[in-house]
Amino acid sequence: MNELWAALGKDLLLQWRTRTQAVAVFVFGAAALLLFSFASGPAAELLRRQAAGFLWLGLMLCSTLALADSFQSESEQRAMEALLLLPASARALYYGKALANWVQLALLGVALVPLMVVLYDAGTRRVVPLFGVILLGSAGLSAPGTLYAGMTAQMRARQTLLPLLLFPLVVPVLLSSVKATSLILTGDPMGQARSWTTLLAAFDLIYWSLCGVVFPKVVEE
Amino acid sequence: MPLGMAVETVGLGRRFGRRWALAEVTLTVARGQRVMLTGRNGSGKTTLLRVLASLLSPDRGSVRVCGGDVVQDREAVRHHVALLGHYSGHYEALTALQNLQVAARFLGQDASREAIRARLDQFGLAARADDAVSTFSAGMRKRLALARTMMQPATVVLLDEPYGELDVDGFALVDGLLESMRAEGRTVLMSTHLLERGRELCEHAVALEAGRLTWAGPSADMPQHSAWSERQRGAA
Amino acid sequence: MSTDDRVRPSAGPLPYALSALGVGLLLWGSIWGLFFAPRETFMGDVQRIMYIHVPTAWNAMLALTFAFGCALLSLWQGGWRWDARLEGGLEVGVLLSTLLCMQGSIWAKPTWGVWWDWDPRLTTTAVLVFAFAGILVLRRMVEDPGRRAVWSAVATVVAFVDVPIVYFSVKWWNSLHQMQSSPATVSSAFHWPLRINAFGILFLMSGLIALRTRVAAYRLRGELAPPPEPLPAGVPSAAAFAAAGLQPVALSGQIQGGWEFVIAAYTVSAVVLIGYTASVYMRYRKERARAAAEDAGVAA
Repeated sequence: MNELWAALGKDLLLQWRTRTQAVAVFVFGAAALLLFSFASGPAAELLRRQAAGFLWLGLMLCSTLALADSFQSESEQRAMEALLLLPASARALYYGKALANWVQLALLGVALVPLMVVLYDAGTRRVVPLFGVILLGSAGLSAPGTLYAGMTAQMRARQTLLPLLLFPLVVPVLLSSVKATSLILTGDPMGQARSWTTLLAAFDLIYWSLCGVVFPKVVEE
Repeated sequence: MPLGMAVETVGLGRRFGRRWALAEVTLTVARGQRVMLTGRNGSGKTTLLRVLASLLSPDRGSVRVCGGDVVQDREAVRHHVALLGHYSGHYEALTALQNLQVAARFLGQDASREAIRARLDQFGLAARADDAVSTFSAGMRKRLALARTMMQPATVVLLDEPYGELDVDGFALVDGLLESMRAEGRTVLMSTHLLERGRELCEHAVALEAGRLTWAGPSADMPQHSAWSERQRGAA
Repeated sequence: MSTDDRVRPSAGPLPYALSALGVGLLLWGSIWGLFFAPRETFMGDVQRIMYIHVPTAWNAMLALTFAFGCALLSLWQGGWRWDARLEGGLEVGVLLSTLLCMQGSIWAKPTWGVWWDWDPRLTTTAVLVFAFAGILVLRRMVEDPGRRAVWSAVATVVAFVDVPIVYFSVKWWNSLHQMQSSPATVSSAFHWPLRINAFGILFLMSGLIALRTRVAAYRLRGELAPPPEPLPAGVPSAAAFAAAGLQPVALSGQIQGGWEFVIAAYTVSAVVLIGYTASVYMRYRKERARAAAEDAGVAA
């Protein structure tokens, strides 16, 4: 347990020290949101309806950069290997990294919200539920994303392989998050948002457990 | 602490695809011994040390370190072993101090600034404690890696070319560490190309050639006649 | 790959026998379904596509479930056999799933007027194709056989666990748009061509997986250096799992004609299956020849 804290502390410290990279990732996400509006055209009604989808697509694209970055420091000088030898349990290292990535992705999502409000005229007073969905959705991206980032960090073709492996897997996260966000933005007369967040929570539970179980196999030789 | 040999391998083999990097390596190292590991570039020294450190699993044969199998009892073996490898294992974005603090936290040791600073001072890095490792020279990275390796309470210490990249002071530092490890009764396996120095510091020597063990015995008796070792001696 | 036994690809006529049996049954079932089965009242002749579509669906899921089983065993036990079978199951599973999407698309055009409709089953299949094709790409890009085995097994397990989640979420997502999807059971008069084709594809698929496993085994043999003393190895046998049932989708509202779509569906299926069989067989011949040349070179 103290290993988990040590791992989380290490990863948050690393994120803090490389925060300029995080800013760059945010700018990329912002640019993506802008590009989506150009691709859709300036019709306000259309943009408002698609706002949730654009937000989550933007976040998903950002996530590949952020997740890949999170393992760069581990593989440069084989730092993760050195930690494993101390010994540190691979599982603790995984959860520390996945939690830190969750924090980063959630912050990215929250940071992109004002852009969504401005570019697509899609605002809401229900800020807490909105942030709740961002928390659940980014957790769904972080767990399998950290697993695959750890895998592809050890390969040459990491840029292409991470999104290729991750995106089909997180289709449920995309669907549920977009639906829930959309309902929060445009109104939810039948109270359906709860079922979507339940689905998200179920996905999170399954994948946070499963990926933690298999991660040690991925990093050991 | 389990009794028995520090290192015991029987018929160890490890392949990378079509190439056997190690083949039929049978080696026994008793506790407290200091062994020099020599061989040409590419002879398998690094692979052997990584297998002993339980980073690589053997494809053939068995490997036991401090009584534990490196595959079955991986976690237990890692408590007893420390490896100074070719890659420094540092987080480039963090400072020297922070790197050692991270290690200290995982080891459950004192991670306060004072304690870590004292340790950095021992290794000649006190002046650069708060600089990011990315600004370090290769020799300084080596010193930091040595500092982290020595933090581990390991009874078997594996050193892969510890003198590499170090200056004269660094050489003295490593010599001193080897001496103190001898006093503490730790087992040391050191791979090096500096044959004379190795023979002074290690009582035993082992030679690898193309992944196979070609010679093992007291370092004083190591064959003089090999042309390769002559060239090494001339260079060192 | 930490294994002490020599890689021995299986030999023998089993894959060919299975494939031949499968093709025979497919021909029988397809001809019956195309020309002799009664015309369905609502969907007309387009419904005949079901006789190839439904069996493909069952077997695609079967192949992927087989791959999942091999992945679990590969992670638990290790060794080259389960990895080779995993590769066979993955590739055939991706092939059948892709074929399923093509057939579904050809069926959708006359039925619903669009080339694609977000039917939960078909959409899930499309996501599956991408997920498992990605794993095949991963396999291509990892050179070390040991890591390739572990990583692709992990990825297969992670992707397979997602299948029900994807299906459920797409079904939910789609239901809000009130798409027409009222499955009607096929009357008993039509069951026979379906069953025959199901077994036809089952046998053909098993034969293809067995042959493709051999190709994978030969490649592993070429990649891994043999140990000094060979140890006896067993012959891998095709595994059988229970088939998951799927209801064929029918629709209210009459559809006239549509024979061109029926022919298109069967032709595409035939071309894909024949093409894949031929490609696996050619790869197998090539790998065998290469292995034989290597052995001759070593002996000489």
